[in-house]
Amino acid sequence: MSESVRSALADDARALARSAAPLVEARDLARHYTVSRGFLRGRAVLRALDGVSFTLAAGCTLAVVGESGCGKSTLARQVTMIESPSAGVLAVDGVDVARTTVAARRLLRPRVQMVFQNPYASLNPRKRVSALLEEPLAIAGVAGPSERRSAGLAMLARVGLRPEHYVRYPHMFSGGQRQRIAIARALMSRPRLVVADEPVSALDVSIQAQVLNLLMDLKDELGVAYLFISHNLDVVRQIADDMLVMYLGRSMEYGPKQLLFARPAHPYTRALLAATPSLAAGRRRVRALVRGEPPSPLDPPSGCVFHHRCSYAVPRCVAERPVMRAVGGLSVACHRAEDVLADPMPLA
Amino acid sequence: MALLAIEDLTVSFGAAGASALAVDRLNFSIEPGEIVGLVGESGSGKSVTALAVLGLVDFPGRVHCRRLEFAGRDLLALGQEERRALLGGELAMIFQDPLASLDPCYTVEYQLGEALRLHGSEAERKRPKARRARALELLRQVEIADAPARLRAYPHQLSGGMAQRVMIAMALAGAPQLLIADEPTTALDVTVQAQVLDLLVRVAEERAMALVLITHDLAVVAQTAHRVVVMYAGQAMEGGPVPAIFAQPRHPYTQALLAALPEHNRGRARLQALPGLVPSARDRPDACLLAPRCPYVRGRCVDEPPPYAGSPERPARCHFPLDSTGRPGRDWLAAAPVAGTAP
Repeated sequence: MSESVRSALADDARALARSAAPLVEARDLARHYTVSRGFLRGRAVLRALDGVSFTLAAGCTLAVVGESGCGKSTLARQVTMIESPSAGVLAVDGVDVARTTVAARRLLRPRVQMVFQNPYASLNPRKRVSALLEEPLAIAGVAGPSERRSAGLAMLARVGLRPEHYVRYPHMFSGGQRQRIAIARALMSRPRLVVADEPVSALDVSIQAQVLNLLMDLKDELGVAYLFISHNLDVVRQIADDMLVMYLGRSMEYGPKQLLFARPAHPYTRALLAATPSLAAGRRRVRALVRGEPPSPLDPPSGCVFHHRCSYAVPRCVAERPVMRAVGGLSVACHRAEDVLADPMPLA
Repeated sequence: MALLAIEDLTVSFGAAGASALAVDRLNFSIEPGEIVGLVGESGSGKSVTALAVLGLVDFPGRVHCRRLEFAGRDLLALGQEERRALLGGELAMIFQDPLASLDPCYTVEYQLGEALRLHGSEAERKRPKARRARALELLRQVEIADAPARLRAYPHQLSGGMAQRVMIAMALAGAPQLLIADEPTTALDVTVQAQVLDLLVRVAEERAMALVLITHDLAVVAQTAHRVVVMYAGQAMEGGPVPAIFAQPRHPYTQALLAALPEHNRGRARLQALPGLVPSARDRPDACLLAPRCPYVRGRCVDEPPPYAGSPERPARCHFPLDSTGRPGRDWLAAAPVAGTAP
């Protein structure tokens, strides 16, 4: 047994121990939108999220990776209760959010907060940092003005900003500092889960490292769990415990990070890994493992949605939709996962 | 002879008294057929450099350059007409957002045809049939499936990757000697990015075309370029061949950038972040621009601007360049610390 696999199994056992009562549990989660196809052309159903299942334990990080249009952000909107799922079960902190009362959902919302991709758009330019940070507490109706202020100042220090920043406006900060403010705001209501939608992809490399370090520190200090949405596999490798790979609204592969990076069993995961630029690989290695581009989610291919780009595709993949099944310690939606596993990785 | 030679390029914006430097005495050259990566964080002056080379910096920007030559011609002395003939022909550029670069009102055929009408061969300029045949051939060269149907498409009917392929085809229509690609794959998904990078490298090699790849992504450069120039706050910090520059950076900034990449921190709990921020145009340090953030800063670094020096193969703008062990040399140990700090 290789070293990486052994450490992955140990992690797996640890994850099992933690997952006694998952913080988030999704089973066959689906979100469909009805969209107009244009004048006199009727309506179509867009399956933005189509049968996705996962669990996220308290204090852990689940990374959701995939390309544009794969349903990552739709998933975030369900988990943050901005929208209600069309089908399936989504339980947050033990509460089935689609079938509970409005009042119960309101009580749940402070426990799930969100950090957005673009800190230039997610902070109100007319409000001072003080107002941005204190507002979540005011809405929740907790604490008086002076307590809110001291809580805000404490959080500001925790994300690495200085007290004099408290009265400034967002435009007076750089991108990295703004993302720190957005993170501080998300943490004000003491959430158990922070949904972070591409939180570092708008930042420069040196600043990205600072913000990732901050997110990892806060997780250790506050015990908060992350649903970390990203297209960057290098970032995910750094921060995640578990990983969910999505494509066109469906989950392709799900499991512990180490195992998923060491022995991915889905051709799409392998293609993503191979396509990610790497310093170590040097010039001229095989990069483009897949042909073509993701199809329109309005008109998904039959069977496996990845079949027309996949080098492993056989007639069965066109005819029959693969279900998630356990292969090599992972959950994989691929008819040929065993064959994929038997092949060497396309790169070291 | 170098295809493109830039000496002391300086670009500034704003009023004369309070101008902001975007590019600060930049020197570099590109040989025919060479692939050069221009890397840096946002605000480092990569894109402004490209625009200055093309002569596209407008008022209130000011461009000063001691020497700016392309294929033996002085670009600074070029008139408006000659410049227009050059751009999109021998000297072409593609941008980050292909759907913003294409005109939404015209078909792919019209826009490709326009490039051929201006920069194509004698026959292509005169005969629509020749243009159409060449347009089809160009689309096939950039690996667009079902080329005849794509010719009739409008930009909104193309995906991002397809639109960037069309932009590359338009650039190739003028048979360029140098193609400047400004973040050509930043807006694309990672599997499509891999395809487009493969395509760019392939066409550059087939046509012996030089390629300047402007990007913030060091890994993209590592996989495509022959040579790299690392920029920071408008200055070139270090230049050198790939992969030597990544294996043994001589400038502390390059070293810090590489160290901050998650790829270099596998198994570590924390990333090695470079503290502080990129200086803005208004608070530029007087001497070395990296001095406030540099782990190796010495008194000399805040008193005296370092020259862009060293061997012609591996220049670096640092008083105490790093040696093969990744530490500054012996003279660094002897140098005085920054005044007012503990040694």
